[in-house]
This record gives sequence, structure tokens and C-alpha cells, in this order.
Amino acid sequence: MAIGMFRRVIPRASTWRFVLARAHATEAEAQQVEPKARAAAALKTFSIYRWNPDSPSKPELQNYEINLKECGPMVLDALIKIKNEVDPTLTFRRSCREGICGSCAMNIDGCNGLACLTKISSESSSTMITPLPHMFVIKDLVVDMTNFYNQYKSIEPWLKRKSPPSAPGKEILQSKKDRAKLDGMYECILCACCSTSCPSYWWNPESYLGPAALLHANRWISDSRDEYTKERLDAINDEFKLYRCHTILNCARACPKGLNPGKQITHIKQLQIAKRLTL
Amino acid sequence: MGASTGPRLSGMQKQVLGLYREFLRAARSKSAEDRRKIESFVSAEFRRNSKQVDRKNFIYIEYLLRLGKKQLAQLQSPDTVRLSSLDISVSETINHKP
Repeated sequence: MAIGMFRRVIPRASTWRFVLARAHATEAEAQQVEPKARAAAALKTFSIYRWNPDSPSKPELQNYEINLKECGPMVLDALIKIKNEVDPTLTFRRSCREGICGSCAMNIDGCNGLACLTKISSESSSTMITPLPHMFVIKDLVVDMTNFYNQYKSIEPWLKRKSPPSAPGKEILQSKKDRAKLDGMYECILCACCSTSCPSYWWNPESYLGPAALLHANRWISDSRDEYTKERLDAINDEFKLYRCHTILNCARACPKGLNPGKQITHIKQLQIAKRLTL
Repeated sequence: MGASTGPRLSGMQKQVLGLYREFLRAARSKSAEDRRKIESFVSAEFRRNSKQVDRKNFIYIEYLLRLGKKQLAQLQSPDTVRLSSLDISVSETINHKP
């Protein structure tokens, strides 16, 4: 089989999340086995969405039985255990296993969340794990995030200044009060749980920016050091980009970091109205 | 001369042909030798898939289209100078799970 590869003169600085089907070595972290707890097996079935582009067939749910007594408490532990011991072809993204990288976002029992922060529920006998809804699947639980990242890029998530800093070569300072305005926004890890839980985003993924990108837009609009506030507001003052948000608030429900993107979007809308009134 | 006498193409067929055309256009910006290589590789890849892929397997064709678009975007960048390919022969002993 031939695979296309591109050679570049200069490697780009921006790193894509190009994490496909990496073959991982066995990991000790998944096996937190306590020998004495082996007495009664607590079996649980994991129904996991499978689709492999290399053997083209329809996507299906594959069942795996796992003894919870021999497995860590989180859904990610179960996934790693399945990959290590049962089926090495199972593909998913994961990195930090502590909810700071946002790689392992997936749909667990119908709710978007990070596999590393979601406990395996002991109440039901089975758990269904599918990729993030309404995203293009690359393989198994890995989805195509290109559009999501491009939308984040489109809000220009960096500090923009019109005047040079007062002391050349020094930081631009900020009062504690101004810094506090960024709380509830800077924590976002761009896992895409919120955007992919938003019905409005499902129907307009190309034109509506989605809760994650808008939350970051508000993060830069609210920043006291940024001097392009008005331009930023104008750039997203659009029927589709901003106003497809109908405050459904699935975003706040889905966010694994406990943020409220819907509230931040409302803040942007208020600023848009205030800007109109002052004109 | 807008009237074409060829077969009526479905939307997806048009997308595939459009992608192929864009690849050939992107190849024009590279050096003559690399352009020839890119064209032969791209053409072989499209021909191979046109024979191998079931025309009713829409999920897979859409997947290939998205993959192709990503690779096209990389090829279109002026930093990309050439395209090379790697032959991986999968041995028959490996069992593919359905």
C-alpha cells in the first residue's frame, strides 16, 4: 500500500494534532492490579464504536468485557486496558490522563466528556463509548478536528497591540482586577466537548464558530492588555458566527473543566449591544 | 462550448474529479521534475482507488476526500517541495478484524 508523504524545507511551527493510530508500547500505568481484590469479578461491558478506513465496512459497536476489579477507576483506564490486553487495534487519542490536554474527549453513555475525568459508572452493566458527535471520524474514536482548530485560529487568539509597551522589552502589566476577568475562560483546554454537544453547531459547523471558539474570542475581548477589542467585536458580529448561539447551554453541561461558554457568549452579545448604543 | 456529452456525474464524482484537478494545479507550482513525479503518483493513487473502492461505499469515499483535501493543503504550501511515497507491503499473516 502506498502512503503519500510530503517533505518540507522548513518544518512549520504550528503542530497539528496528527495523532493517528500510533502503536503504543505496553504501559504499566493501566495495570493497577491489586491481587487481593481478585475474589469477586465485577464484569462490565464496554460497547465501543469501531470503524477502520483500511478495511472498509460499516461502523459498528464492538463489545469488550472488563473486570472492574482489575482496572483503574476512569473510562480511560478501561480503554487503555482494552488496548493493552484485549484488542491492540482499538484507536483513541490520549496523553496526560489527568484532564489537562483535552485529547481524550469522547462521547460516553451519550454525554461528551474526557475519558480521563469520567468515572466508570458501577450502576449500569454496560457503557457505550462513541466518538464526539457530528464530527468526521478518522478511525475508531479519533475525529477530524481541522475545522474546530481553524475556527479557533480565525478568532486570532493572541495579544494584539496598537501602542508599544511603556517600557521596551518588559511585560505589559495588568491589575489583579483585570486579571480576574479572565477567570472562567483561560482554563479552556480546547477539547471540543462543548462545541460538539451544541445542536446549533451540529447544523452549522462551518459557519457558526461554536462555544469553544467564542469563549476564546471573549477571553481576548475581555483582556485589558489587548487593544483590538472593537475590531474583534466587529469580526464576529455576524448572524452566523456569533448569533447561531441560542443559549441552549449544552456547552456548560458538557464542559469537563466546569466552565460556562454560554455565559461568555452572552457577554459578547451584551458588548455588541453596548457598542451599538454608544454609536 | 458548455454542453458536455459525457455521462452525468453525481455530486461526489464531481468532488473527486475536482480534487484530482486541484492536485494537478498544485503540482504546477513545483519544479519540472517534481511536478512529473507528483502527477504520476497522484494519478496512480486515484486510479488505484477508482478500481478498488466500491462506488456505493460513501463513508469510505468521503473519508478519502477529506484525507485528500488535507494532503492537498499541505502540497499547496510553498514550503512543500516534493512528494514521496513509501511502499508498505502488508504480510498476509496479519489477521484483519472486521
